[in-house]
Amino acid sequence: MSILDWFSQKDKSSVVTEKLNIPGNLWIKCTKCAEVLFLKDLDLNHKVCPNCQFHFRITPEERLKYIFDFDSFQEMDAHLKPIDFLKFEDTEKYVDRIKKAQAKTQKNDAVVTGTARLKKQDVNVGIMDFAFLGGSMGSVVGEKISRLIELGVENKNPVIIFTSSGGARMQEGIMSLMQMAKTSAALHKLAKVNVPYISVLCDPTTGGTSASFAMLGDVNLAEPGALVSFAGPRVIEQTIRQKLPDGFQRSEFLLSHGMVDRVVQRKDMRETLSRIVAILSPVACEL
Amino acid sequence: MKKLDFEKPIVELYDKISQLKELSKEGGMSLEDDIAKIEKRAELLKKDIYSQLSPLQVMQISRHPNRPDTLSLCQLIFDHFMELHGDRAFKDDPAIVGGIATLKKHRVMVIGHQKGHDTKENIYRNFGMPNPEGYRKALRLMKMAEKFSIPIVTFIDTPGAFPGIEAEERGQAEAIARNLREMTGLTVPVVSFVIGEGGSGGALGIGVSNKLYMLEYGVYSVISPEGCASILFRDAKESERAAKSLKITAKDIVDLGIADGIVKEPVGGAHYSWQDTADAIKKVIQKDLNAYKKTTDSELFVEERYQKFRQMGIFSE
Repeated sequence: MSILDWFSQKDKSSVVTEKLNIPGNLWIKCTKCAEVLFLKDLDLNHKVCPNCQFHFRITPEERLKYIFDFDSFQEMDAHLKPIDFLKFEDTEKYVDRIKKAQAKTQKNDAVVTGTARLKKQDVNVGIMDFAFLGGSMGSVVGEKISRLIELGVENKNPVIIFTSSGGARMQEGIMSLMQMAKTSAALHKLAKVNVPYISVLCDPTTGGTSASFAMLGDVNLAEPGALVSFAGPRVIEQTIRQKLPDGFQRSEFLLSHGMVDRVVQRKDMRETLSRIVAILSPVACEL
Repeated sequence: MKKLDFEKPIVELYDKISQLKELSKEGGMSLEDDIAKIEKRAELLKKDIYSQLSPLQVMQISRHPNRPDTLSLCQLIFDHFMELHGDRAFKDDPAIVGGIATLKKHRVMVIGHQKGHDTKENIYRNFGMPNPEGYRKALRLMKMAEKFSIPIVTFIDTPGAFPGIEAEERGQAEAIARNLREMTGLTVPVVSFVIGEGGSGGALGIGVSNKLYMLEYGVYSVISPEGCASILFRDAKESERAAKSLKITAKDIVDLGIADGIVKEPVGGAHYSWQDTADAIKKVIQKDLNAYKKTTDSELFVEERYQKFRQMGIFSE
């Protein structure tokens, strides 16, 4: 056995499983820095690693809890359900994928919309759920986002959307592509009545979602380290046959290339959003 | 001209026919009757083959290197066409072209993706895959059209927006998104044609229109069948199945209520006669522009477009 073999064996032995096998799931390992964290501490820190500031992906419910006034959220259009109108079947049937995702997330589709209060200011909120088929946008997501924006046109309250989505939902074919136009069209109406729209880009926001409502905020904010792109890194690597530089298509990269206004830590999001809303909103608010 | 795989039987038959013709000339034999018979059969075979193409075969036609391109169609359709260049911010993108034109009494702003017919042209045109500056040039021209009340015609023919480092740095997503929003509000009519490949957001970026037409062998898809196969089926060879599932042909797009009609192509595809293809498109443009000319309230164009896209989507409530 040469010394190199010894090294490769050593490498193998140092591979650790993702989750530590401790009863009760009390501990979690940081995806980025591998620090072992006490789950309760992580929760108190808004699911941000205290060691390296890595922002874990979170559910819409958690986001509501961290950012908006307690119990102020009123959901709407929760009853909208996807239909497998193309009878799409890949390795799995679309209907089965929908059922699984619904069971896993306890939601009908990949976005939660409604009204909420942000430091006593009324806002219209949409939050995408990456856990539901990669946050992909099909007819339901497009419809709910459009209705939310139209509500903004009506009640003149600012619209805030947190995006986290792999893009258009392939299983709905061309119809999912059209949701890009539909949501963007609604934003045109909103812009006409001078109601602010703030887009918060969360990890990841790519494809058809980034190429429609996600990039159209009057103010675009991003969580640290979020992947935000049109084409995914793998697609680009395949096209140019080169390894991509570190940090490419991450929030900080977008900030330096002029695509977002600010990169905002999760703990500062409530403060930042409420300040922007207060200043931009046509409704006079207490600063 | 490049022949596609499924065209081989036709090509072989026509080869035989020309051989027979030679033979009858040289040998002095009279084979006229036989030749006529075979020619008739060849015509039938041709119609037969082209009437039952699989979606992936249609896609091959839509990507045919000799398919008419936007600039050539502009020359064939319009009385005068003058190309205009540049996005006024970064550069001129050769993958999207545009310009002002006249068609009888109509003034028109034409915008379209531009592919090449050979390797050299295609490298220059980036295979019809635009960068952000292409979409920004398109938007500049559309805003100009709006300013001077000129109807817009767009020709869609792209594998998709370019997935490259520089495209990302300059905001490919933002450029497309902005076009989607701004096209919604244009106070002039927009008529679009998918003349070849309608590749996802890269196609839609100039496709938010009042009327959308598919050329008979054009395709429109949220993702290429190859891309879909490698992601969902985990096997690029499954593109035949993916193409079927995605519903990308002209008929599918009309059935789903996305397109307003199909423009007939010559038998075998647009590449067999550019002139016939151009004439067919021209007729549709004239018909629509004549109709739109009667509209006096320009806000109606905005409302029509908004309502059209607003009702797109299939879900249960």
